[in-house]
Amino acid sequence: MKASSQTSPGAYAGFDHGAAFRQGLRDGIPIGLGYFAVSFSLGISARGAGLSALQGFFASLFTSASAGEYAVFTSIAAQATYLEIALITLIANARYLLMSCALSQRFAPEMPFQHRLLIGTAVTDEIFGVTIARPGLIDPYYTYGVILTSVIPWAAGTSCGIVMGNLLPARIVSALSVALYGMFLAIIIPPARRSRIVAGLVLAGFAASWAAGKLPVISGFSGGTRTIVLTVLLAGIAALLFPVQSAHYTEEEMDA
Amino acid sequence: MRNVNLYIAIMAGVTYLIRVLPLTLIRRPIKNRFIQSFLFYVPYVTLAVMTFPAIVEATQSPVAGALALCAGVVLAYLGAGLFPVAVSCCAVVLIAEFLLV
Repeated sequence: MKASSQTSPGAYAGFDHGAAFRQGLRDGIPIGLGYFAVSFSLGISARGAGLSALQGFFASLFTSASAGEYAVFTSIAAQATYLEIALITLIANARYLLMSCALSQRFAPEMPFQHRLLIGTAVTDEIFGVTIARPGLIDPYYTYGVILTSVIPWAAGTSCGIVMGNLLPARIVSALSVALYGMFLAIIIPPARRSRIVAGLVLAGFAASWAAGKLPVISGFSGGTRTIVLTVLLAGIAALLFPVQSAHYTEEEMDA
Repeated sequence: MRNVNLYIAIMAGVTYLIRVLPLTLIRRPIKNRFIQSFLFYVPYVTLAVMTFPAIVEATQSPVAGALALCAGVVLAYLGAGLFPVAVSCCAVVLIAEFLLV
């Protein structure tokens, strides 16, 4: 990546949106596979909450948040109030606030405003992960490609789960469920190879996440809340100890 | 019984606001070096925290999940892309559980 490509004012105009969109479609496929498996099991809990296949489809299409949706479906089944649903959604999905902050720093200043509104529909862990892993400024069309091939299986999987329940063999569900994590690894390991700081941070993340599941108090938090607490803590410590030179992800920083 | 469609609308609306507010309100590059560095490190920590130990707990047999983790780390280290790494992890689990479960 050339440092000049991010600072020149016309960078956005030079993007090949078609190529970015096609690459996004490709990168969305493994996400979609994993999503289908996860949302299939999510559909089973949606069925318990009394959602129809159509309601499940649109709930997943418009929300695309695994832990958040799961928390809400179980709460609906438990006859929660509307206020409780709003709060549960806020807590389970608060990590997207951090992700959107990080994304906001990678948009070209001259990018038309509506792209911000559109990308805001689907900042998921995975879509965020592949988008932020791209070098330089974000081409929104890349993200649209990813959204298309991942969010539709996500919504369809929810419907299938509602309609078919436990039809998919456990063996297949089990195998598909690691697709997401494999993808996370493909995102974090290459930068960890280039930077000892990132490598240390990844290992610290693994260790802290494991410990947080065992320790009193914090192990009682939901998975989403634990992710926020640990992210703020570890990224904060790393930012204090190893401040980076600029907001952009340059090769020089990755070689640190 | 409350209205399920309203529940869904609340869930979708709150989630959209969480995502879109930072995207639309933060229009300029953040100058503060600490915040810049913090946001630079956020994705790595978040994805690491979400991957382990979840990958080991997602499978029927924890051993299969651990093998998938090892395979994923090695392949990603060697430079394999998103899709090959993801599919390899699935294959490792399928084979491991065929032998183990």
